[in-house]
Amino acid sequence: MEALDIKNVTHRFGDFVALNQVDIKINPGDFTVLLGLNGAGKTTLYSLITRLYNNRSGSIKIYGYDVRDQSSDALKNIGVVFQQPTLDLDLNVEENLYYHSSLHGISKIEAKKRIKREIGRIELEDKLRFKVRSLSGGQRRRVEIARSLLHNPKLLLLDEPTVGLDIGSRQLILKHVKKLCREKKLAVLWATHLIDEIDKGERVVIIHNGKILKSGEVGEIVKNTRTKNIRDAFNKLVKIKL
Amino acid sequence: MNAIIFLRCFKGIVLREALRFIHQKERFFSALVRPLVWLGIFAAGFRSVLGVSIIPPYETYITYEVYIAPGLIAMIQLFNGMQSSLSMVYDREMGSMKTMLVSPIPRWFLLISKLLAGVFVSILQVYAFLIIASFWNIIPPITGYITILPALMLSGLMLGALGMFLSSAIKQLENFAGVMNFVIFPMFFASSALYPLWKIEETSEWLYYVCFYNPFTYAVETIRFSLYSQINIEYSIGIIIFTVVFLFLSIMGYDPARGSLQRKGKG
Repeated sequence: MEALDIKNVTHRFGDFVALNQVDIKINPGDFTVLLGLNGAGKTTLYSLITRLYNNRSGSIKIYGYDVRDQSSDALKNIGVVFQQPTLDLDLNVEENLYYHSSLHGISKIEAKKRIKREIGRIELEDKLRFKVRSLSGGQRRRVEIARSLLHNPKLLLLDEPTVGLDIGSRQLILKHVKKLCREKKLAVLWATHLIDEIDKGERVVIIHNGKILKSGEVGEIVKNTRTKNIRDAFNKLVKIKL
Repeated sequence: MNAIIFLRCFKGIVLREALRFIHQKERFFSALVRPLVWLGIFAAGFRSVLGVSIIPPYETYITYEVYIAPGLIAMIQLFNGMQSSLSMVYDREMGSMKTMLVSPIPRWFLLISKLLAGVFVSILQVYAFLIIASFWNIIPPITGYITILPALMLSGLMLGALGMFLSSAIKQLENFAGVMNFVIFPMFFASSALYPLWKIEETSEWLYYVCFYNPFTYAVETIRFSLYSQINIEYSIGIIIFTVVFLFLSIMGYDPARGSLQRKGKG
């Protein structure tokens, strides 16, 4: 069963077509990059997957659960890191993580165990009692990733998680998520406009003006577009449609 | 999904609000300063201008300070409700609202929990106000301190739900300030908070009807009667109806299928 199965989703804001007949499939354990320029429709797509908006056409299924009709079961399986920081700056790291656990109905004892596990994974145990305000941008992002995993989701959605971070923090976060994907068999959808975040052999979905232009493995896309690398392939595809 | 999961979620939302409240002590004091300025300055100036006759629930002549105390209590809740809805617009713009909205727990439950958490904070502020107000000789019967509690729950819920509905309908933080001017001030002044309805009726009939149908009047009067351990059926039913309507509208406002969130998307 697919971790994420999006079929024929179109979404409009008034007359503006934000997404146009989008189809995406992600299998468990896949690391998939959703590549597109700013305004391509990535955030709208994430809002539909997480049911911040209802999809009015097509279907979105998470491990077989329809997001619109079986939202509770579908949302249980999703961990999200939004583009904008969503931690409460006035609370400390631990309080933020407990709050998230409670939103998933996790008991305090269980939450404590999971917080210890996830905070250890991102190596920020010493920051647990620090106010989020005092953390660096990279540390906040890592806390958000730890938070998104507290309820043991099977699909992790990250919407431009490295925007605004320095190169060191970006690499650290990317490496961490790829490791999670391998070790936990997590399905990951990583939205970005930064081509250098894509490695050889990874699955890429190129989105532009709300439409999926190409999807497949990096090598496959490069071959099909008769280009040298994924950067050239992206430029070629996007320019063709400009 | 069983009741324990709902309870854990509710506790988490209330705890977060309580922690924010503890971390932002200035918010607590500023919420108290406002009604105390009205009580200490406005009421002192107006006590000689406005005479208040004996009207229920009062059994004797009262000072103007005693009369406006329930209105000021409702004012605390009005500002609290609007402030928490302001924070919802902020949270939505900044993103932290999304964390709550993507929880697998039904959205109506999340929103009501958030409302109740805000009401809990406003009740703490009201009791602090009542303690300070006793120095102005505003001392209700001792039972009033208990019987006011359900009235505060109801009025807090109503005003919070109104704020939540407004927050769902407002696109940007900047617009919120303007709406507040059109909501807080008219609601407060066109109500029975500062002057009894019969006095308004003597002056202007249309204004009387505006005040009479103002939901804030129902909050003020429900609080006023409960503070003296009495129930006014008319106002109690009215506040329940307003609460249900505002709750319904705010839940609809945040419903992904129907709500205005759909219109705010981009990217």
